[in-house]
Amino acid sequence: MQNSRQGTDTSAVRVRGLRKRYGTPRTGYKDAVAGLDLDVAHGEIVAVLGPNGAGKTTTVEILEGFRGRDGGEVAVLGEDPSRAGRAWRARIGVVMQDSRDMSELTVLEKVRATSAAYPDPRDAEEVVAAVGLEQKARARTRGLSGGQRRRLDVALGIVGRPELLFLDEPTTGFDPQARRSFWDLVTSLRDDGTTILLTTHYLDEAAQLADRVVVVRDGVVVAEGTPETLGGPEARTPVVAWEQDGVRRSERTDRPTALVARLVAAAGPDGEVPGLTVTRPTLEDVYLSLIGETADEGAPRTNRHDDTAGDAPAGTEAA
Amino acid sequence: MSRTTNSPTTPSAAAPGRTRARRLPGTLWLGLVRGGVELREYVRERDSIIFGFAYPIVMLAIFSTVFGDDDPIAVDGTSVGFAQYFLPGMVATGIMLSTYQTLAISIAVERDDGSLKRLRATPLPPASYFLGKVVLSLTTVLVQTALLLAVAALVFDVPLPDDPARWATFAWVFVLGTATGAVCGVAYSSVPRSGRSASAVVVTPLLVLQFTSGVFFSVSQLPGWMIDLSSLFPLKWLAQGMRSVFLPDAFAVAEPSGAWQAGTTAAVLAAWLIVALVVGTRTFRWRRRDDG
Repeated sequence: MQNSRQGTDTSAVRVRGLRKRYGTPRTGYKDAVAGLDLDVAHGEIVAVLGPNGAGKTTTVEILEGFRGRDGGEVAVLGEDPSRAGRAWRARIGVVMQDSRDMSELTVLEKVRATSAAYPDPRDAEEVVAAVGLEQKARARTRGLSGGQRRRLDVALGIVGRPELLFLDEPTTGFDPQARRSFWDLVTSLRDDGTTILLTTHYLDEAAQLADRVVVVRDGVVVAEGTPETLGGPEARTPVVAWEQDGVRRSERTDRPTALVARLVAAAGPDGEVPGLTVTRPTLEDVYLSLIGETADEGAPRTNRHDDTAGDAPAGTEAA
Repeated sequence: MSRTTNSPTTPSAAAPGRTRARRLPGTLWLGLVRGGVELREYVRERDSIIFGFAYPIVMLAIFSTVFGDDDPIAVDGTSVGFAQYFLPGMVATGIMLSTYQTLAISIAVERDDGSLKRLRATPLPPASYFLGKVVLSLTTVLVQTALLLAVAALVFDVPLPDDPARWATFAWVFVLGTATGAVCGVAYSSVPRSGRSASAVVVTPLLVLQFTSGVFFSVSQLPGWMIDLSSLFPLKWLAQGMRSVFLPDAFAVAEPSGAWQAGTTAAVLAAWLIVALVVGTRTFRWRRRDDG
């Protein structure tokens, strides 16, 4: 397989044709992952986006070595996760999606005990401070709030100084301020050289953190690119919308200014075009169209500056 | 073309060479670290202290106080006080609580809440995890038994054996019983379907066996079929082995077979140890059943 975009030497993660199905002969089988390809270069932050049930967590758990696979090639840090040993586990960090395993240990004790298993761990107190839990360092983990637990999860994931960090929906349940400080933490990890594979529901999180975004739907990759180019130029074409004789009209164009100028010229003596908006599709708009949540391709889902009534939101027309 | 400064191929802190340069910590050392974690969690968990650790001591105190003034229990003209008669059963129960019950519940809960899965994601060797459980069981059972014997001797005036041969018997029954109980606990931890049901699923069989194995009642008071059934399980033999340590030899006549049966005790406990070891290692899961 020499035709890959990344050579195996430079890929932290290399996945080709990954397949995983669930079910029994009685209930029938469902493909959770149906021929998925994925590359993550060393030092890169890649965000995997997709609706619930798209196969994100299954894929990540296969890469983490928790699950077997039914087909395809997987190399994580050059090894097959299903056969990799302790030395390999020492090089990865895992922040799982749901964790309820809180105990009578304090935050610092838990981080310290976890760090003991690694050959070259980070300092436990520094890690606790880095995730913003220094006030809770000596508190029992059982008493932490949801957001604090999640930050402890992250601390436990990074204390081993991983080369590759898996973050499975890390900021679910965070308040906006906690998300901001978490993003700063992830950015500092990247500056430290950590490769990060992130799954998330939050488009702004992907836009903020990721060098590259991969959109997964029904177990396959449907699009990938930087947050700025995802979906291709077509999906990014601005939409100009206005009202003409009480009817809402819109047009996609690469030259929205020229169109607006024409509209102004054609408008009445005061040069006012009713309900005029110029909208550049956001990452969220592009994402929703990729996963098939919007059927109406003419109008973007959001018309932020539009205050006219009678504009049917595209989302309600989705098939 | 040389690398640019922000090239992703020049990580500062996570270079493969650096992690390989240092060796992974040893399995034994990590087992002791885990043991420290287990002990700290155990002593901070009030439930485990009250229902596991203190239970046999409290039961001994209650029964000895309530029945202490009754007539001594006599077999063939040899008599002992109630506390002495009750002590061997409580020692055996304490061993099973600190090994089987503690491990089965804690592992079931840790599997259910994802602790085991999280440990599996770290370079911690599985052997170190189990070593930590052994440290927990061994420490609690030693302290518990010592306290039990101290309370019996100092508060209830139970004469402890002064014959070294009896202490030798105590040693092997104690060690074999502890090992068997611990391995049974690990194996049985896969039975409860969830962490919430673990306590009930784990405690109930042991509680029933306490009544049918001659821990609370003398085996001579139990119907034959009940003794036969209980004889399939380790607790009956553990209690019998402890009776051979703490009761006069004349009491052997009161056993169902009329003898202490040291050989059978060793054989049954060893059989459970081996079977549970085989079953346990084959059925052990790091994840919940519903988690793929």
